[in-house]
Amino acid sequence: MAFGPYLLLATLEGLVTAAVLALTALGLSLVFGVMRVVNVAHGEFFMLGAVLAWGVSTAFAGHPSIGFAAALLVAPLVVGGVALLSERLVLRRLGYEPEATIVATIGLLYIVQQLALSFYGADARPVQAPFNIRIQLPWFGYSGYKLFVIVAAIMLMIATWFVLTRTKAGLVMRATQYDRETAQAFGIPVDRVYAGVFALGAMLAAIAAVLIVPIQQAHYLMGRDPLLLSFIVVIIGGLGSLRGTVIAALLIGLSDGIISVFFSPTLAKMLATALVAMVLVFRPQGLFGTVAR
Amino acid sequence: MAALTAPAIVPLIETRGLSRHFGGLKAVERVDFRLERGEIRAIIGPNGAGKTTFVSLVCGRIAPSSGSILFEGRDITAMPAHRRVLEGIAYTFQITSIFPRLTVFDNVALSVQRRLLAAGRVASQALETGVAEALERVGLADRATMLAGSLSYGHQRLLEVAMGLALQPRLLILDEPTQGLSDGEIETFIALVREIAREATVLLIEHNMQVVMELAQKITVMSFGEVLAEGTPEEIRASAAVQDAYLGTGSDG
Amino acid sequence: MSGGARIDGRTLALHLGVIALLLAANWLLPEYHRGVFARVLVLAVFAMGYNLLFGYTGLLSLGHAMFFAAGLYGAGLPVYHLGWGVPLSFVAGIAAGGVLALAIGLLALRTTGVAFMIVTMMFAQVGYLTTLYFTTWTRGEEGLVLTPQMRSIAFTDTTLTLTDPSLRYLIALALFSVVLFLTLRLVRSPFGRTLVAIRENEERMRMLGYDVFRAKLTAVVLSGLFCASAGAAYGLLFGYVGSGFASIQYSILPLLWVLAGGAATTLGPLVGTLFMFYVIDYTSGITTAYLMLVGVALILLILFFPRGILGTVRERWLKWLP
Repeated sequence: MAFGPYLLLATLEGLVTAAVLALTALGLSLVFGVMRVVNVAHGEFFMLGAVLAWGVSTAFAGHPSIGFAAALLVAPLVVGGVALLSERLVLRRLGYEPEATIVATIGLLYIVQQLALSFYGADARPVQAPFNIRIQLPWFGYSGYKLFVIVAAIMLMIATWFVLTRTKAGLVMRATQYDRETAQAFGIPVDRVYAGVFALGAMLAAIAAVLIVPIQQAHYLMGRDPLLLSFIVVIIGGLGSLRGTVIAALLIGLSDGIISVFFSPTLAKMLATALVAMVLVFRPQGLFGTVAR
Repeated sequence: MAALTAPAIVPLIETRGLSRHFGGLKAVERVDFRLERGEIRAIIGPNGAGKTTFVSLVCGRIAPSSGSILFEGRDITAMPAHRRVLEGIAYTFQITSIFPRLTVFDNVALSVQRRLLAAGRVASQALETGVAEALERVGLADRATMLAGSLSYGHQRLLEVAMGLALQPRLLILDEPTQGLSDGEIETFIALVREIAREATVLLIEHNMQVVMELAQKITVMSFGEVLAEGTPEEIRASAAVQDAYLGTGSDG
Repeated sequence: MSGGARIDGRTLALHLGVIALLLAANWLLPEYHRGVFARVLVLAVFAMGYNLLFGYTGLLSLGHAMFFAAGLYGAGLPVYHLGWGVPLSFVAGIAAGGVLALAIGLLALRTTGVAFMIVTMMFAQVGYLTTLYFTTWTRGEEGLVLTPQMRSIAFTDTTLTLTDPSLRYLIALALFSVVLFLTLRLVRSPFGRTLVAIRENEERMRMLGYDVFRAKLTAVVLSGLFCASAGAAYGLLFGYVGSGFASIQYSILPLLWVLAGGAATTLGPLVGTLFMFYVIDYTSGITTAYLMLVGVALILLILFFPRGILGTVRERWLKWLP
């Protein structure tokens, strides 16, 4: 293949990564934006979505699209439920105090991860894609499902944007993010908003995982990379900012894909992590700066 | 006190064109200010006049947008806050800022320790003496072993003053020190400040006019970030401009 | 914390007593447990280093594995590749940790709170990836095995090999004792007072004339030195240098040990490390998912028991416990 088409292929692959990354990072960004909470277990919600997708889709015989559709429905709901439970039982009791919350979400990470190990096992298992169409481009054939992933992610992000900016629920969320005390004074049930946002963040990660799992495989450790990458996206793109998240995800997703083709993935990760750490050190304003309102 | 009229003596604090803006808000705007050694100066003004911002600029808590600050003739504009404390500028917070989980003794010990460290080493005898002296002066000596957080509000304010005193500063800045104190506590406080003023220059922000009139030798009135008027208590009381801006409502803070 | 900051008789007796007990354990413990204790003692030094920064200074780092690894590789690489002797390599490991801590501190201390946690975590991640990238030197995940011959110290008439269980235990105990007493001395000194006060009210300390940045940086470097000494000792004593010790897990574990044992207590790290070690040891015999215990323990501790074992003891009964 000539270089041009090769680059196009790498770009398409990067777009798939970016699409899924944008969804995942959006979940993390929302939670931090509204609740000021860093959820270190976010990657495990992602993994849980993938593992549940495997569980649900294998329970359905017949055409894989039925199982997949069911997974797309069930997995996010269950993961949302798990998130809700953790929020009620643990995070609320801690008063969302930043350091304690991080420690608690680290604990949550281990629990979810190891439960997956116990019940799902240490193997990586594939999930069948709902359909197997191949789109024939002039230079190469490309998986129709991957294109579907890109489209689906875009649609989901538009839907989220719509909810955030055009519905009352979204308005309530943004009001709570802007000024918690005033929101309370206006009668907004901040506790319930927090619970909802935390669940929503987890669900976004889960949906992203369900979309990607026919391409990757479901494995109990698969939450690590999405967590790190989501962090990078949120820090660079700016928390709570939908536009920033999308742009940063595009940047990271595309470059990660392209760089990994030409350089060692380990080196790429090293440089990316170091770069983001430096961003936090030298441009902390507006990202994780003092937030008390 | 004669320093007020002798121009040859370098003022303790001088600001030239000192400004601090927050975005579009001009919290402090081109303030020229002189404070002579040995004065008791009060800064008064309506809420939002920039009083706390101004003294925060002087003690280094926040950095100026423009202008300069001189301490005994030396430019300290770029000097970080902790160095200014070592130079002799002590600040007590408007909202009480102590160490609630430490004992009263330990709170003051941190000031004494800082002073002793600057001079050499921290001998435990010198530490204990220093703490005892400071606590004695504010009247908290019998509460040394209590947790600072369990003190009454008035006593916490006194503890803050003790922490400032224990640094043996040249300039003690008190930010609304009598807020929340009872009348009796205010009386004690006025006597304490008079006593402190024998060794240190005192700059206080106050809303309580009775305290201001009794203590201050000179008053600076601020409004909207600028100095509106300066003078003796009588001059200020008589000034129509000040009354318009501040005292005219008839309330005394 | 109160009054005279010298180390009083009661405190000294307690600490000496603990050391004495541990010394006796060398001859009293069954072989298996003595081996566990040797590891625990070295890891407790790691925890003590972490405690200095987290418990006393109030800085929660999520990247301390990089200091442990600096010591581990700083000592292990010269031994393996350059044929250096044990004592020199040990010093090299500690020095590596100190230099790294200085560099990291200068960068990371420009942030606070959550940002500090994230930054330290990310720097540690870079460290971990570095050990995986330079496989020619480190052999990545597989790691380096230090042979008994590499781990011998030759004297004029005898050779000490660090594979002897009793010798290992005693060296581990020696390191532990030194760091324990250094920590005790530190927390009872004016500098120790300063760190605690910075934890309690940083802004106030600044306005009392303290150079807060300098104090925190010193704390980071000291912490790095202690943790690196543990890493160096671990590699030299137990003969294995691998990437796993640079991974995020080894940044979470000291946090867990310190929380469990009691943050801001001198003996808390030992208690916490010992306790969690045995709990995990026991559980790993039952299930492969024993790391879940780490998660459960963290949540239970932070929710109900944030002071940990010795912290609660100090609050309820023994107020003088350092």
